[in-house]
Amino acid sequence: MTNIKTIAKRELAAYFTSPVAYVFIVIFLLLCGFFTFFVGQFFERGQASLSAPFFDWHPWFYLFLVPAVGMRLWAEERRVGTIELLLTMPITAWQAIVGKFLASWVFLGVALALTFPIVLSVNFLGSPDNGVIFAAYVGSWLMAGAYLAISSLTSAFTRNQVVSFIVAVVTCLFLILCGFGPVIQLLEGLGKPALVDLVASFSFITHFNGFQRGVLDSRDVIFFLSVIGFSLFTTGVILRGHRAG
Amino acid sequence: MINVERLTKVFGTKRAVDGVSFTVERGEVLGFLGPNGAGKSTTMRMITGFIPPHSGRITVGGHDVVDNPIAAKRLVGYLPENAAAYTDMTVYGFLNFCAEIRGFTGDGRKKAVHRVVEMCFLENVLHQSVETLSKGYRHRTCFAQSIIHDPEVLIMDEPTDGLDPNQKHEVRNLIRRMGEKKAIIFSTHILEEVDAVCSRAIIIDRGRVVANGTPAELRRKSELAGAVTVRVAGMAGNALSQKLYNVSGVQRCVILQENPKAATVRVFPKAAPVNGEFARAVAGALSGAQVEELHSEEGRLDEVFRNITLPDTAKEVAK
Ligand SMILES: Nc1ncnc2c1ncn2[C@@H]1O[C@H](COP(=O)(O)OP(=O)(O)OP(=O)(O)O)[C@@H](O)[C@H]1O
Ligand SMILES: [Mg+2]
Repeated sequence: MTNIKTIAKRELAAYFTSPVAYVFIVIFLLLCGFFTFFVGQFFERGQASLSAPFFDWHPWFYLFLVPAVGMRLWAEERRVGTIELLLTMPITAWQAIVGKFLASWVFLGVALALTFPIVLSVNFLGSPDNGVIFAAYVGSWLMAGAYLAISSLTSAFTRNQVVSFIVAVVTCLFLILCGFGPVIQLLEGLGKPALVDLVASFSFITHFNGFQRGVLDSRDVIFFLSVIGFSLFTTGVILRGHRAG
Repeated sequence: MINVERLTKVFGTKRAVDGVSFTVERGEVLGFLGPNGAGKSTTMRMITGFIPPHSGRITVGGHDVVDNPIAAKRLVGYLPENAAAYTDMTVYGFLNFCAEIRGFTGDGRKKAVHRVVEMCFLENVLHQSVETLSKGYRHRTCFAQSIIHDPEVLIMDEPTDGLDPNQKHEVRNLIRRMGEKKAIIFSTHILEEVDAVCSRAIIIDRGRVVANGTPAELRRKSELAGAVTVRVAGMAGNALSQKLYNVSGVQRCVILQENPKAATVRVFPKAAPVNGEFARAVAGALSGAQVEELHSEEGRLDEVFRNITLPDTAKEVAK
């Protein structure tokens, strides 16, 4: 546990000494503000709810922003060669993987928490159900974790951060699209409801919807946690594979 | 302390390390020599647990590196070949992190960092970012990291690479001093370092150990070893050679230099001589002659190295 903490601490500090952290946070907040108030027409709706104008966009923001955060996780270690240092320390590879993941996840949590002015404004303007908003925040953070774990996985594949980024975006796009309205309609046209449900059950959007309605369904939580668990496990397998040569 | 048995590593079809066995005890400094691509770094990476061996067994302090990696890694300090360090940290931050992950807390950590900062002369750059360090300083930072926990076993891949002559000297002294109490393996391409630091050296070529012994033993493998060189005034080269062929145990004589005033001849013995007997025999045969110089050759490591390890061009032919 202390090893995980040590590694996470170092990693988190690394984010905040590089411009990546600030660029990320600024872009994320700008996007949130722009989409909520202009595209999402927060004011025109006249509803004291954040679901449609704010949280609906999260899966799409994360699609590009999270891989940008996660792409350096292992690609950079391998390129610079510090992985040789890290993995010859008296720690397990598992501790390193989890520590690095947690640091980035906490970082994403910080960025997400900084959107609090939006919550304040909706409370100022009306009386929203803050329980629902809280559930949606939890869901959003879990979903970000799933994106991040996938980015960690693609980052372990390659020394090249750009390749890592692109593969992560494509993978996550796939996982979004299989629950995206138009795609679902397309599949429904095939007339096989079971198939539709199966495909949709893999989607980030489907599982995020529950949280947006204020429902903390254990199945949704388990879905995101298992995506995280599976991706991190595979990250370990890939790293071991690289070292075995 | 370090025990390596029939270690093998295969990359694709290439046998980078092929049946390497050796042991290093506490108080020994083992020099790893070998041409580029011989498998030195690969062997070290397996000992430190970074890459798993294909077959064979490694124990460090009695702990199997594959079955019990954490216990083994605790005993080991490692300086990798590229001397990588986290570029987004300051030197102090980096060393502090390494100390923390090695299990130091509170005051102990401060002391550990302070100790290596002094040993490696890093005070000037302590708060500089690793990214902007010069190559030598980066190397020293990584070196500092490897000794931060005062390990019983030190594995260093080219520790003096990129250092200035003063620092090279410091590092060699440091290794020699630490070698009295630790088991140390270090690789190098600088043969003088072997004499200066090692108690034993191993030469690896194409994944195999081709020589293993003290620097003196290795030097004795040189054909020069034991040869006697004499310069005699007032004699022609040929006459001098003739005279020396009469000495018992002479294999051949080579005229090195000849001018009207003096001739220099090198006499090679048939068998390796003991206690300078051959030199005495040569001196005896020359009694009465005007000997200006007479000395036994020691043998040269670079010659041994070149003879044992095939150069790249010869390798192509060997295939
Ligand atoms: N990860 C890898 N994948 C494939 N081949 C590798 C890998 N690592 C090393 N090799 C090969 O193994 C051989 C031994 O490499 P190694 O780095 O151990 O050499 P070395 O003795 O350290 O050489 P140098 O003096 O140049 O540092 C080389 O032919 C190298 O190309
Ligand atoms: Mg090497």
